[in-house]
Amino acid sequence: MTAHLVSLAELSRQLQSKQVSAVELAQAYLARIEAHRDLNAFLDVRPEVTLAQARAADARIAAGGAHPLTGVPIAHKDIFVTKDFFSTASSRMLEGYMSPFDATVVRNLGEAGMVTLGKLNCDEFAMGSSNENSAYGNVLNPWDKGAVPGGSSGGSSAVVAARIAPVATATDTGGSIREPAAFTGVTGTKPTYGRPSRWGMIAFASSLDTAGLMTNSAEDAALVLGPMVGFDPKDSTSVDRPGEDFTRDLAKPVKGLRIGVPKEFFGAGLQPDVEAAVRAALEEYRRLGATLVDISLPSAELGIPVYYVVAPAECSSNLSRFDGVRYGHRARTYGDLNDMIAKSRAEGLGAEPKRRILIGTYVLSHGYYDAYYIQAQKVRRLIAEEFRRAFEQCDLIAGPVTTSVAFGFGEKAADPVAMYMSDLYTIPGSLAGIPSMSIPCGFGAKGRPVGLQLMANYFEEAKMLGAAHQYQLATDWHTRIPEGFR
Amino acid sequence: MSTSLARGWETVIGLETHAQLSTRSKIFSSASTAFGAPPNTQASVIDLALPGVLPVLNRGAVERAIRFGLAIGAKISPRSIFARKNYFYPDLPKNYQISQYEIPVVQGGTVAIRVGETEKVVNLTRAHLEEDAGKSLHEDFQGMSGIDLNRAGTPLLEIVSEPELRSSAEAVAYAKTLHALVRWIGICDGNMQEGSFRCDANVSVRRIGDPKLGTRCEIKNLNSFRFLERAIEYEIARQIDLIEDGGHVVQETRLYDPDRDETRPMRSKEDAQDYRYFPDPDLLPLEIQPAWIEEVKRAMPELPQAMRERFVTQYGLTPYDAATLTASREMADYFEAMVATLPKEPKLCANWLMGEVSARLNREDVELEAAPVKPQSLAGLLARIADGTLSGKMAREVFDAMWAGEGEADAIIEARGLRQISDAGAIEKIIDEVLAANPKSVEEFRAGKEKAFNALVGQAMKATKGKANPAQVNEILKKKLAGG
Repeated sequence: MTAHLVSLAELSRQLQSKQVSAVELAQAYLARIEAHRDLNAFLDVRPEVTLAQARAADARIAAGGAHPLTGVPIAHKDIFVTKDFFSTASSRMLEGYMSPFDATVVRNLGEAGMVTLGKLNCDEFAMGSSNENSAYGNVLNPWDKGAVPGGSSGGSSAVVAARIAPVATATDTGGSIREPAAFTGVTGTKPTYGRPSRWGMIAFASSLDTAGLMTNSAEDAALVLGPMVGFDPKDSTSVDRPGEDFTRDLAKPVKGLRIGVPKEFFGAGLQPDVEAAVRAALEEYRRLGATLVDISLPSAELGIPVYYVVAPAECSSNLSRFDGVRYGHRARTYGDLNDMIAKSRAEGLGAEPKRRILIGTYVLSHGYYDAYYIQAQKVRRLIAEEFRRAFEQCDLIAGPVTTSVAFGFGEKAADPVAMYMSDLYTIPGSLAGIPSMSIPCGFGAKGRPVGLQLMANYFEEAKMLGAAHQYQLATDWHTRIPEGFR
Repeated sequence: MSTSLARGWETVIGLETHAQLSTRSKIFSSASTAFGAPPNTQASVIDLALPGVLPVLNRGAVERAIRFGLAIGAKISPRSIFARKNYFYPDLPKNYQISQYEIPVVQGGTVAIRVGETEKVVNLTRAHLEEDAGKSLHEDFQGMSGIDLNRAGTPLLEIVSEPELRSSAEAVAYAKTLHALVRWIGICDGNMQEGSFRCDANVSVRRIGDPKLGTRCEIKNLNSFRFLERAIEYEIARQIDLIEDGGHVVQETRLYDPDRDETRPMRSKEDAQDYRYFPDPDLLPLEIQPAWIEEVKRAMPELPQAMRERFVTQYGLTPYDAATLTASREMADYFEAMVATLPKEPKLCANWLMGEVSARLNREDVELEAAPVKPQSLAGLLARIADGTLSGKMAREVFDAMWAGEGEADAIIEARGLRQISDAGAIEKIIDEVLAANPKSVEEFRAGKEKAFNALVGQAMKATKGKANPAQVNEILKKKLAGG
């Protein structure tokens, strides 16, 4: 079966016309998952659950009027809680945890008829840029098993790159969709903050956490984003807007489109191989009729310090609930109640969450709050304001996703600050809450993929996806499949 | 109070009062707030702080906060912020409490209190919305602790007074006024035993005339007016003794032990936690449009203060009576329902409600809402006093019968033949007979013995089985004896 080589639109057509059944499709993907277990991308696979969902999808298709995505398989990042699979956030703390409810994103996609293949490995509580922080081991990059798949959504990027899932959910707090997408040569889409519901997403930094998708193309992303997002009364930060067809601009030529190129994204630190691929992609857009506009985002470089105040502050509070009292890991031996909580957390949480909890606790402490947290929020508003002004001059912003191609395991693990720099170009968009994405635009050093970042103004996902699709019509980077996964 | 003043000390007290708001569901989840359910049966996934849950604000809690703000003449913040107060405790499921910190929903306002004959206006600092924690039960679990999260997420309004109270009596009067007010406007059931209304008292002392405040201690969780009074009294004496003996007060949190009638240290300022407050990113700022405030205002009941003044002007009651009748909304409503039936006799209505009815309720430990005699029925009885049908004594007999469920006043009067004799001719005839039958008493009276007069009245009443109008008997008898 070659289902893994076709687009979601084609898969949908084959399912609806009964050329292939949802059960056959699920079986084919389950077989690929089994064949590529060495990637360590899945944390929980339950063929009986997947096949039951696939049978239900076939029944819906047979009954007629089924949603176009009915029967299309999907895998979920283990940050989304699920009733039918463990939900661990890749933490020892939540080993074996079963949620009594599904995340809204999971429920929405299930209601559209999509079939769940399982849960995907990621950095613990979505904290990391290499997937090396999972309590359940590294995920390997399908392009080069010595390289990281990016993080935190490393499982999501790896399975889509390896075509062992046609689409995967992911989450992005500071770059956790776009950076792994770039490192594995897939299309990673982060919508506007507030567009997808956060209900059922295990919180890392609530003001930044955004659900999104890993796909093989912008067109695939546009098809799945529609049913995935929407107003959710269970999430107070969810935006109440009418439903949208995100495919509406796919056929729109980019002629006349003004693409802003921020000079701050091409400074020192950007590796020449990445710069070359990104410049070539910009040139492709120009060739397609778009206008490149030089813009400036002077505060963007403050993104990293701002982010590493705001995100740890929120995480230090969000992760407090993991205390071993009601669920999750509890130390086997302890003294009093305080000791029970302290020991359970010491054993259950990994090094990176602990580091961020400590940073967050510090910046929120009496006497430091104004100097760090309040100051960071001010700069955050400044960054958002600079984007707002930039979008007066251009329709989209484009630039690199990362400074380098995927690095090797262990290369940055010992140097947290170097690791944090991985998110230099993705953090500003996260802080502003604007939609952005990474699309494959070539290969750099050691034949590892390079991503092009596109950013749009609030709620302009359709425009961004359209421009990405036009690029993908003219290029074939997104169709490249790593050796051994064809 | 008087003792501390006599010793040259002034007491400074501020109260923080937690009023549980009377919403059916919790402040951030749809779980029920009903009291007394089996442990952990009213804790939703949100109250349990399971991974992935988010809070959604209950508008009913906000509406009640607005009502309170309007009732005390406070500013309702057009924009207020929910913050997280971070600390670890097993019965605090998220290990942070969602509360309002920098910008509370209600700012300022005043409450008028009365101690004896003196009225005092107490300024409020603020009132803010927050969620309650669960309960830890440290007994009955063989050395382990039990956690009940039914109460977790229950909406609270924390009402903070300025440190303007100067005695335990003022503190109690303030707490009682506040308690009556929150019940009056229907935002809290005021059940202190169930913890629906509880106070923390900040107490300090200073030399009279000293402009500087003394070091304060906070006494936590006082859930009765008596405990509030006793705890403050103890604390005042403790602090004065301490300072007079050359020591100094340490800022700390204390607990009142009613069994020993003393306060004990709970934690000192040195152990005070850094709560690391910051705005809760899961909740948007709370925006309250003027239209919402107007809507709440339209639905507000008349407030006790306004009603008190109206009772004086409209019904000619004394300020004291008006205050008594407006002590609770039930009492005021009962009174007004009586007056609606018997508009010409507000004073008679007030006297009976505050006298006969209140005494009966007290004696039988019944709430006014549960009284077997409804206001319209009682007014029906009082109408018979007003028109002279019944004497006060006879009315009390009828009231007893009504209380026992024998029916309306007129039916009882009829059935028992209790109609008062007010016909002057009939009374005259009876008195003539009494005078004729008691020449000795008549003689004694004429000889100057006043007591003989009473004996003759008694005879007349006896002859009518108590039904003669006593005032008329007096009058006619006097006339007869004078006229000889």
